[in-house]
Amino acid sequence: MSDLSRRDFMSDQTIRWCPGCGDYSILAQLQTAFAQIGLPRERYAVISGIGCSSRLPYYVETYGFHTIHGRAPAVATGLKLARPELSVWVITGDGDGLSIGGNHLAHVLRRNVDLSILLFNNRIYGLTKGQFSPTSEIGKRTKSSPSGVVDPPLNPAAFAIGTGATHVARSVDVLPKHLREALVDAHEHRGSTFLEILQNCNIFNDGAFADYTDRAHRDDRILYLKPGAPLVWGKETLRGLVQDGFGLRVEILDGPEQAEDCLRHNPSDRNLAWALATLEGPHAPLILGTLYQTQRPTYESEALRQISDARATLGEGDIKRLLRASDSFKVRRE
Amino acid sequence: MSAQSIDHVVIRFAGDSGDGMQLLGQQFTHAAALDGNDHATLPDFPAEIRAPAGTRGGVSGFQIQFASEVIHTPGDECDVLVAMNPAALVKNLDDLKPGGLAIVNVDRFEAIDLKKAELASNPLTDDSLANFRVFEAPISTLTTGAVEPFGLNRKQADRCKNFFALGMMFWLYSKSMDPTRHAIERRFGSPFREANLAALEAGWSYADTRELHPLPFEVPQVPHIPDARYRTVTGNQALATGLVIAAQAVDRTLFYGSYPITPASDVLHALSVFKEYGVVTFQAEDEIAAVCAAIGASYGGAVGVTGTSGPGLALKSEAINLAIMAELPLVVLNVQRAGPSTGMPTKTEQADLLQAMYGRNGDSPMVLLAPRTPADAFRTAYEAVRIAIHSMVPVMVLSDSYIANGAEPWRIPDLDNLPPIAPPPPPSPQAFAPYSRDPESLARPWIAAGTPGYAHRIGGLEKQDVTGTVSYIPKNHQRMTELRAQKVQRAQALLQPAEAKGDPSGTLLIGWGSTYGAIKTAVARGRAQGHALAHLHLRALNPFPPGLAEVLSRYDRILVPELNSGQLCQLLRAHFLVDAVPLSKVQGQPFKVREIHAAVELLLQGEPPEGALA
Ligand code: SF4
Repeated sequence: MSDLSRRDFMSDQTIRWCPGCGDYSILAQLQTAFAQIGLPRERYAVISGIGCSSRLPYYVETYGFHTIHGRAPAVATGLKLARPELSVWVITGDGDGLSIGGNHLAHVLRRNVDLSILLFNNRIYGLTKGQFSPTSEIGKRTKSSPSGVVDPPLNPAAFAIGTGATHVARSVDVLPKHLREALVDAHEHRGSTFLEILQNCNIFNDGAFADYTDRAHRDDRILYLKPGAPLVWGKETLRGLVQDGFGLRVEILDGPEQAEDCLRHNPSDRNLAWALATLEGPHAPLILGTLYQTQRPTYESEALRQISDARATLGEGDIKRLLRASDSFKVRRE
Repeated sequence: MSAQSIDHVVIRFAGDSGDGMQLLGQQFTHAAALDGNDHATLPDFPAEIRAPAGTRGGVSGFQIQFASEVIHTPGDECDVLVAMNPAALVKNLDDLKPGGLAIVNVDRFEAIDLKKAELASNPLTDDSLANFRVFEAPISTLTTGAVEPFGLNRKQADRCKNFFALGMMFWLYSKSMDPTRHAIERRFGSPFREANLAALEAGWSYADTRELHPLPFEVPQVPHIPDARYRTVTGNQALATGLVIAAQAVDRTLFYGSYPITPASDVLHALSVFKEYGVVTFQAEDEIAAVCAAIGASYGGAVGVTGTSGPGLALKSEAINLAIMAELPLVVLNVQRAGPSTGMPTKTEQADLLQAMYGRNGDSPMVLLAPRTPADAFRTAYEAVRIAIHSMVPVMVLSDSYIANGAEPWRIPDLDNLPPIAPPPPPSPQAFAPYSRDPESLARPWIAAGTPGYAHRIGGLEKQDVTGTVSYIPKNHQRMTELRAQKVQRAQALLQPAEAKGDPSGTLLIGWGSTYGAIKTAVARGRAQGHALAHLHLRALNPFPPGLAEVLSRYDRILVPELNSGQLCQLLRAHFLVDAVPLSKVQGQPFKVREIHAAVELLLQGEPPEGALA
């Protein structure tokens, strides 16, 4: 454990997000989490694409690279292969990660590169001033959809599970402690973490998650996932999830003792994760925490192991041998 | 057995793309190499892996010139054409010299074969081969007979016929079959090993007993070959090797990010087996990810390289600009092919020069280098890494399909003679600013992410001079734009001065890349006829080498032969205000020496040189 604090991870740059933007909270929790994780500053690298969220690396006193639209996972993959000892973080958004960069996101998760990928989902394009995004809901009126969005939104967690991601989690900007823990979890997971962070864009999509996250009713509308714990939530009305065919159904519970009849969370159950990620309906809660987690070898460990294996069997590459190769020759003298 | 000595020979092997013509060509090349013949090869294959057998679209060819003197091209016309079917015959007949020898597999001239080749009559019996000597050999039948003891099915037996044909050619040119015997033994398991060996021997014996030619020929060794070690390399192999050696020279990991694309994929294949050298290859999900991963690796202190061809380069342009803005070293291999769009993936062209020069948003110059021959690709790749790291810039290598797949002998270099590769010396952590610059090269420091004491942020937004923070200050943008351009310009310090070979005045031929051999040979031919000619071949297209303006000013006429519509010619006219004249060929094929030679004659007579291609 180092004695660094959040302050040590604050860069000297003026932060240029709109006042009140959810990004401030995420930045603060990331800096705090970095201090809590305890690595020296140079061991972190924060790689972003383009969009409001992607300005984040400038504000963190670590290595950082603000790259191009949608490509941060690819840049981060190259960096991780070159510097596997670094804690590499990818900062992306719903447009950056799921629209222009959807291909890279799918493949980085499939490969299981050891990266912590934070997708700030505000369901809108902020930096380009308010067009709908791939997570905007059908019917949403924006500058580029004055008559309402016609294409259905993409479900980030379900997308990630579908790609074969080994760690899929969700948190939200307004719950600092939950978010900080999710960030530390992301670092600790060996392999790709896909952490969707619901983030309020108070300028172009204010209150996008307020139905769930407003203090007034959040206790009744958020289900916090805990491994082994029953899938129940609610203060005024206690609700729980029970198995219904291949899916889940929301039940109103008469009392805490009925929690025993509900499903328990098992993060290693991919079918359950899928059901949780795709749960919809009038009483469906906002589900926060780790939906899915499993272990398999990381891409870089396997790729670099092939190199160390080759060196173990063939010896460290000798340039002379490379140049002379098996097909080299001396001309037969006449 | 005595043999008739000759100086040089051009052979073309042609057959279906499944007939093993490339393997046959490579084996013949190796035999010529071991005998100390200079050689140059030109593989020519269809894009389809297995186009319908017997059709013209499915013809795969391999041309080799080998000689007892120094040569620079695979030859304009063939002395011998080995045609495994009618399509292969008619498709290549134009390139057979009058009086040249056509060896045909007569077993494949049935009505159905002629129909597949879209022939109304049999060229062996109509008059179309009147200008040539024809040797009709029942190659399929004889091969099947020779391999009969080894229990192959019909199809497998027929596959051995390329070695039968090779045996015939080894007899005709008095080549030892031992290297090919060894190759067969290494490459094939039983019973294919025995069958191919038998086919090879049978081909030799057949040529001998049937007297393919009254006397076999012999191409003697090139005199005074230095007693050194050689390899026959293709351009793609040489690129891969040059990259590995360069990364070792600077003691960094070589990272190669690529997405499969013709004709660049062989570089990825070659590098993928160099694991014990610590080479990291990354087959990305697309062209963009490939270059972005290379940039990420470079940010982490590795030698980041990506490779592609024209369509892929188009996709990479935004990321290349990121490297330009972030001022990170990056090498981009562009193995050009005929465009636009998908174009002709297996055919050669040099038409990406202006794309490489200008095809990015904003003012975004980058260093451009071009290898001139397959072996030269080694040094070009090495120089690309050297300049990228010395100047902290992206460098593009403009190879092409002809260099990529062509092969020539390469004298294995003495590594001590290669210039060192070194990044700009890092300042102390206290004095460090991400965009401080080396006073000579203007390069900023290359600090690998993870280095203690230097944590900093970079990105694609405009940078404040020195500090590297985001800046929208108008004059700063002007300054940074100029600095990025000057940095590329100052890389000139690492280039050889421009040098014209030949006459000091008169007509100058300027080329770049793979046209080297054809221009050089054409200039030599023209000078032998008494014309005042010189040849200048550019290794660097941006920046141009030092002294180029002075060289250009010495000549009355400037001819620029290119496999595009005059792209270098435009650049020269724009940069130097000279009346350069293009010779533009865009047929997916390299220049023939005679085309350039004829263009020079026309130019000297005051005629438009394009007439040479008519
Ligand atoms: S536009 Fe929205 S997301 Fe962007 S900084 Fe402003 S509030 Fe935040």
